[in-house]
Amino acid sequence: MASAFSAAKFSAQPFPLNHTSTTSHDSSIVFAKPTSLFLGSTRKLRLTSSSKFNLSRRSGTVDAVSDVVKQKKSKSSPSLLITKEEGLELYEDLVLGRAFEDMCAQMYYRGKMFGFVHLYNGQEAVSTGFIKLLKQQDSVVSTYRDHVHALSKGVPARAVMSELFGKTTGCCRGQGGSMHMFSREHNVLGGFAFIGEGIPIATGAAFTSKYKREVLKEADCDHVTLAFFGDGTCNNGQFFECLNMAALWKLPIVFVVENNLWAIGMSHLRATSDPQIYKKGPAFGMPGIHVDGMDVLKVREVAKEAIGRARRGEGPTLVECETYRFRGHSLADPDELRDPAEKAHYAARDPITALKKYLIENSLASEAELKTIEKKIDEVVEDAVEFADESPVPARSQLLENVFADPKGFGIGPDGRYRCEDPKFTEGTAHV
Amino acid sequence: MLATASQRILGQSFQNIRPAVSVLRSYSSAAKQITVRDALNSALDEEMSADPKVFLMGEEVGEYQGAYKITKGLLEKYGPERVLDTPITEAGFTGIGVGAAYYGLKPVVEFMTFNFSMQAIDHIINSAAKSNYMSAGQISVPIVFRGPNGAAAGVGAQHSQCYASWYASCPGLKVLSPYNSEDARGLLKAAIRDPDPVVFLENELLYGESFSVSDEVLDSSFCLPIGKAKIEREGKDVTITAFSKMVGYALKAAEMLEKDGIYAEVINLRSIRPLDRSTINASVRKTNRLITVEEGFPQHGVGAEICASVVEESFAYLDAPVERIAGADVPMPYAANLERLAVPQIEDIVRAAKRACYRSVPLAATA
Repeated sequence: MASAFSAAKFSAQPFPLNHTSTTSHDSSIVFAKPTSLFLGSTRKLRLTSSSKFNLSRRSGTVDAVSDVVKQKKSKSSPSLLITKEEGLELYEDLVLGRAFEDMCAQMYYRGKMFGFVHLYNGQEAVSTGFIKLLKQQDSVVSTYRDHVHALSKGVPARAVMSELFGKTTGCCRGQGGSMHMFSREHNVLGGFAFIGEGIPIATGAAFTSKYKREVLKEADCDHVTLAFFGDGTCNNGQFFECLNMAALWKLPIVFVVENNLWAIGMSHLRATSDPQIYKKGPAFGMPGIHVDGMDVLKVREVAKEAIGRARRGEGPTLVECETYRFRGHSLADPDELRDPAEKAHYAARDPITALKKYLIENSLASEAELKTIEKKIDEVVEDAVEFADESPVPARSQLLENVFADPKGFGIGPDGRYRCEDPKFTEGTAHV
Repeated sequence: MLATASQRILGQSFQNIRPAVSVLRSYSSAAKQITVRDALNSALDEEMSADPKVFLMGEEVGEYQGAYKITKGLLEKYGPERVLDTPITEAGFTGIGVGAAYYGLKPVVEFMTFNFSMQAIDHIINSAAKSNYMSAGQISVPIVFRGPNGAAAGVGAQHSQCYASWYASCPGLKVLSPYNSEDARGLLKAAIRDPDPVVFLENELLYGESFSVSDEVLDSSFCLPIGKAKIEREGKDVTITAFSKMVGYALKAAEMLEKDGIYAEVINLRSIRPLDRSTINASVRKTNRLITVEEGFPQHGVGAEICASVVEESFAYLDAPVERIAGADVPMPYAANLERLAVPQIEDIVRAAKRACYRSVPLAATA
């Protein structure tokens, strides 16, 4: 069947199209203006990292960027937000995320996948909008709803599907599972089941980037970290602890809140004293932005600025993406508490249909091209399933592997030698 | 009364089991006395100087010179980028340390006491200990969590718990607990150099105590192996295992027992996870009696694990039931006299040894 490929690559379509050439310079013009738009006064209050007596409070102006982008789009000159190549790349990534998750649901109900599976349907614009702007060395930290983050970052669909099937060819050799996607190669740092757990990890990765630049003198280290988490997490202590430390030490991190309004069955409005999460950023001295998370182009514009800020060393940003998950919290969630009218409202704002409409209306792509992409993705996902199906389950000896980087941690056996030196060691049971 | 360490060829003798690569050599006559505090400080200093990826973080480690002065002078020497004073956010900064370790930096995270580590225990267990496994070896976590553990003096219930057994039950962690200055230096250096997460349990009351160390211990390449217990005192009648402060108590108890003709063998565990079961079992096979001593709560404690290990491997060699000496099964009281009752004393160890040797009437089982 189709060979596996990374979602980041795509083939240029040899179609002659009449369209006004666009650059993305236009978008940056908006944000290069005096920063009253959304960075507020933070530029004036640039503090050195050694400053201890920061008495002046920063006040980032909070703006709904969707307004700004809308304003821009209604200008008479046809300045588009993306080029054709970018548009197709984004479309492909969105479709990959959707098709993959739908396949996961199918596989789960057929018994090939098990345990806890949390699907990302409906939220694809956030993942695509942010992660497609990153370099390979930038890192992404996510929650248990991490399949699509891993895919957007470049982990092959085959590896993710195998991992979900619990096969040894998975990205974590079947040892992690749905909620623990790790990839050293693509700098995907998990995959954490506890909410809020990934935020300090992401902050630590950002800290390392700064440390490498300043202490280890790797002068060009400008790696950025993105931390993805949900609305429920924004009431957790670790969130606030990290907002504080990231702003205090000016770490190159973007905190991306995927506010889908529900934490399992708990509505965000019932759980939070002030539901406007973006306002919590300025309280800690960083800009807080709210963006329509169902529109990949708007997310991308905000992401460009936030990631750019981090890369330039200007510190963290809090971005609240208003989004929605079309399915329940997990495949085991009956999803009875959400109002069907609310679901319909967001279904009408499906990010894939929105981007499709944009591409076609602005003549960036034709129906046929988009159909080709969809077909290609279907093949990729089917190939991933086949691959995962045919892959072997882990060998028994794998049970005791990778507990330690230095397996002497298993201690000394009755013969006085380190247990791990015995070649038959991993063939035993888990009892050590 | 330190046992002389001597290298023996593997398998020849059960008495002094050493791994093939042993760093210990015969001691020269005690060259110098240093406190445990200075031992820890010098170990941190040397490791930070040897590897620029090592950095410290914790509350008061910098300008305050360390809540217990363990990190004294290091801020001045290495600067604020490598010695970080953190806000009071255990969960946050522990997670930050783990995230940094994912990328190959080597954080040494200090908890003012291990009681505060409970606020960060999710990161110690879930994101540090389990990550190498969950990522199938892609992401290792070379981090050290250190700080004082166990009871101090009069600090009350929330500042006195011993966490050895909690952390030691978790796969993916290594748990060390030094007793004297040599242990402190050697084990801390080993912990910092180790590519896995290490929980390093110190003891506040030992910080100020001085011990003699040989020149070899003072050398900057000195390192002790993880997973090896040390026989501090050889004996033939009863084995006493202990770690941290209780090693000192056990040694004093052994002196008292000697007057009564009971020669106790004292084992300093040094490493709670992995537990050096072979040294313990070898000793029990020699003496046929075992007393485990620890300061922490008795249920599911370190002694329980040692007892189970000995019953599994050396049952036929036991001549008496295993005695467990542990802290009282109560939250630590504040009143000084009650606190003394809640923590093992030297007399408790002596009595237990005599019971094990059938020199006294066994006590009725206590709750």
